[in-house]
Amino acid sequence: MGLPMAAEVQARAPLTPVTHRVVGRRDETADVVTLLLEATDGSRLRYSAGQFNMLYAYAVGEVAISISANPVDDGPIAHTVRNVGTVSRALCGLHPGDSLGLRGPFGSDWGLDSAAGGDLVIVAGGIGLAPLRSVITQVISQRQRFGDVEIVIGTRTPEELAFKDEVSAWRERDDLSVHVTVDRATPGWRGTVGVVTTVLPRIHCDPAGVALICGPEVMMRFTALALLERGMQAAKIRVSMERNMQCAVAQCGHCQLGSVFVCADGPVLTWERVEPLLSVRQL
Amino acid sequence: MNALADELTAHRFFARMDAAHLEVLTGCGRNVVIRAGTSIIREGEPADSFWAIRAGRVALGVTVPGREMPTLGTLHAGDVLGWAWLFPPYRWHFDADALDDVHAVVFDAVCLRGKCEADPALGFDLAKRVAGVLGERLHAARIRLLDLYGPSDGG
Repeated sequence: MGLPMAAEVQARAPLTPVTHRVVGRRDETADVVTLLLEATDGSRLRYSAGQFNMLYAYAVGEVAISISANPVDDGPIAHTVRNVGTVSRALCGLHPGDSLGLRGPFGSDWGLDSAAGGDLVIVAGGIGLAPLRSVITQVISQRQRFGDVEIVIGTRTPEELAFKDEVSAWRERDDLSVHVTVDRATPGWRGTVGVVTTVLPRIHCDPAGVALICGPEVMMRFTALALLERGMQAAKIRVSMERNMQCAVAQCGHCQLGSVFVCADGPVLTWERVEPLLSVRQL
Repeated sequence: MNALADELTAHRFFARMDAAHLEVLTGCGRNVVIRAGTSIIREGEPADSFWAIRAGRVALGVTVPGREMPTLGTLHAGDVLGWAWLFPPYRWHFDADALDDVHAVVFDAVCLRGKCEADPALGFDLAKRVAGVLGERLHAARIRLLDLYGPSDGG
């Protein structure tokens, strides 16, 4: 009998990190790194696009990071980390051969199965592209399951666009419509300039389709409102929420948003469910 | 309805405009093609035209001597270029260059203003549409001021 799957281990001990080794590293931008990880016990993680792990930089701390790999791919699991604090800085400093602890996967996913057969609108802002990369790569590998796919990516500057080579490859495909827009053009940029919401009136948008949004909360709010204006339904607009995840198993309450535990009920929630909570000035 | 008016009904800016008003407006307009890289308007020059973009992209920017024009925004099919033609002193506030071959309907602004003065209902409709565009651009500019994608506090 072989070693247990990491997912099975997690089912027994969700609070115990499983040691993983960095088997690859890619510097996406000046402050964003993608780490490719494999469990040191040889087990493989099963996860769905949209879920997250708790990554533990030994002796420093733990932080929630979305999975950015294709869940139907057999390769190593990937996490894309932006250097914004003590733990993420330590994670960004890891190189092949280094170890870290990993818990999970946790939380809800993008619900791709329920979106099959219809059109998809995918809107990413900044580092929000990381959890959506997981779903975009899965959609590409199962392209026949979906209708029209519109991808809108907003970033601060052209240099801060993550996954540049992949985004270029997506743009080359004739079965995807990919729009990249930057807030601030730098010399040499010949693409679109403006916030993501300014792109939305121009895309194909089936009111019966499903929208997946990930980015800063304000960006998701304006994006959801713009998609509602295009006739989409709040129940079919899904957003990935970011909160202070600590236990990741709906016990500590750090990530609580009203009655919602973002770590367990989310991070992916429908706009129908999350909008009333975000409009409360203080929860 | 004449052919140009018929084409304009498909343009986002003119959506659901009264057919008689569209007919009147087309008396001031004509189809043009602007080659990629061409300067369309220049900051400070008389705002004597109004453009409804049908295809291609336009970059809006400002002139900074010795530097490539910093692009402040891009306009696309369904957008309009120019609002300064409607308000004194009728001078452009920005530069605009064609990024691609741009297909557009260009209107003579003096002619347009004359039609608006002569028919207040048409003038009010057009002014509301331009105000709507200004509102959208102000909203987008304010969102950009939030620097949405910058580093957040985090762990």
